[in-house]
Amino acid sequence: MIKLQHVEKVYRTSAIETLALNNINLDVQKGEFVSIMGPSGCGKSTLLNIIGLLDEPSRGVVEIGGRRVEKYRDRELAHLRNEKLGFIFQSFHLINDLSVLDNVEIPLLYRSSSARQRRALAQEALEKVGLSNRMKHFPKQLSGGQKQRVAIARAIVGKPEIILADEPTGNLDSAMGNEILSILQNLNKDGATIVMVTHDDAMAKKTHRLIRLFDGTQVL
Amino acid sequence: MLTNYLKLAWKVLLRHPFYTFITLFGISLTLTVLMVLTSFLDHLLGPHYPETNRDRSLYIQMMTQTDTAGTTQMKGPMSFRFLTDYVKSLQTPERVSISSVMNSSNAYVGSQKIKLNTKFTDADFWRVMAFDFLEGKPYNEQNIAAGDQVAVISDDFKKEYFGSASEPVVGKTIEIENVHYKVMGVVRGSPVTRFFTHAKVYFPYTAPKSNYQNTGFRGNYIAIVLAKDQSDFKAIQDEFYDRVSRIPVPQYEGGTKYDVLKVMNETYADNFLGTIMEGPGLRAVFLSIVGFIVFMLLGLPAINLVNVNVSRILERASEIGVRKAFGAPVRTLLWQFIIENLFITFIGGGIALVLTVVIIQLINHSGWIAYADLTINLTVFLVSVGVCFVFGILSGVLPALRMSKLKIVDALKG
Repeated sequence: MIKLQHVEKVYRTSAIETLALNNINLDVQKGEFVSIMGPSGCGKSTLLNIIGLLDEPSRGVVEIGGRRVEKYRDRELAHLRNEKLGFIFQSFHLINDLSVLDNVEIPLLYRSSSARQRRALAQEALEKVGLSNRMKHFPKQLSGGQKQRVAIARAIVGKPEIILADEPTGNLDSAMGNEILSILQNLNKDGATIVMVTHDDAMAKKTHRLIRLFDGTQVL
Repeated sequence: MLTNYLKLAWKVLLRHPFYTFITLFGISLTLTVLMVLTSFLDHLLGPHYPETNRDRSLYIQMMTQTDTAGTTQMKGPMSFRFLTDYVKSLQTPERVSISSVMNSSNAYVGSQKIKLNTKFTDADFWRVMAFDFLEGKPYNEQNIAAGDQVAVISDDFKKEYFGSASEPVVGKTIEIENVHYKVMGVVRGSPVTRFFTHAKVYFPYTAPKSNYQNTGFRGNYIAIVLAKDQSDFKAIQDEFYDRVSRIPVPQYEGGTKYDVLKVMNETYADNFLGTIMEGPGLRAVFLSIVGFIVFMLLGLPAINLVNVNVSRILERASEIGVRKAFGAPVRTLLWQFIIENLFITFIGGGIALVLTVVIIQLINHSGWIAYADLTINLTVFLVSVGVCFVFGILSGVLPALRMSKLKIVDALKG
């Protein structure tokens, strides 16, 4: 489902060159729940961004759903992200000016679907994360856990095959963190492939496979 | 999608009320100036009362006579006789009206002096123009042929001279420059900006002091040629210029020999521009000046708004990142922000429209321009909508382009 071959990421400034990822080779199968761990600054988020087509590698090949993306243009990349990928961010990244329902509808805006279809799918996604009673609320009216559940609903509303979660429990207390993890596990049982960056060993142990990074190199 | 964009644009407006106020203030003020200016240009050049046939009329206002060396030039209106011989008899127009330019006179009510403008006209003047007769009727060919001392007066003059706006005055006598005239009709006055029709008193051209019998080409008269249709303009002009070209030169007038004779037969706008700007290429000069003024009025605030919009849009970097991450292509985002900007601009346009109506009413009722009838008609409204659109695009495209090219990872970092 996700394949990375000899991926490198180099950040260059006029004065310095930093190797953020070094020769990463990765193969994530359909239906797997993989966690990525490592100390701060080791390249976890960079790797997730490259898998999610949010950033491009300096070298190497990225394949999503069997499609090599290095020659894809903006429109094709956008289409692939929209169809195949769902994102959950540590800091939620909800749009404060939009209601919960409107936030969840965002991925569907970039597909050909009617307003009624969008509304129905967004309601269904919010029901899945237990927030059907908060649809008309705004993000500022929600707790951290509720915000992350809205973010999960947004990530799954388009029924993507892959969910990428960047420290989804990082801003939550442990009880709330466990709740979020349990939602992700249920999504995985329903067939979603999940790649999650985490700092938390206990969380990582609950996934199928652990990838460990150190200074941009895959050590496990 | 559009609802979503508009909903968000509205929320963004409410997010920083003071910021929004400043933005809308700038947009509204700029658009108000442009709308009032458009309305004024429409008032000057459009087909309005009583010159509602302006769009199918040609104007013959000036004759230029030049000697061979080009050192002596005489320019001015023409004689009644010239216009009768060379214009009135044209075959292609529907009708031709001859009238004098505005003359100044005085009338007295007791010891009180009333300053007034007068015009001598033929009977066709009342057919080519669309005056509202509040009382009575216009003088006709029989009155003119009989040399009747009659007059049509404006409602303003009626009030000034007779002291009452409501009492009928048809049949009463007025005295102007020691001559008595019988009032035949009272018309709603024409604005002072409509030089071809504005006057307080209209006399038949056979009335005293009209000088209609002057010989020579130059004099005090102009002609308005009414075409059946705009498409006849070319034929009318050709017929007229052909006649003028047959006039034998050199001509002698006032003791000077003139070898070149030029008389223009033009639309109102061309004639107006020719009056205020002489020489070849005057249209290009006029358009350049108008273009520069519009650029100053529209371009500079738009550039300023670009800066405001850039900082405003960059505040929303995280939103841009999220939208891109979930599949928004650059072009879609570009349109989102342009639509948002157009939405704000059109709100500013709405405010400007209200302000323009207020300002126009103030101008119309202030008496600064007699009988001013500035309006927001369809032309002015469509120009205003067009201006809003251009302003919105001008001030929205650049920030939207800059924003939509942000890298997703950078945008998500805010």
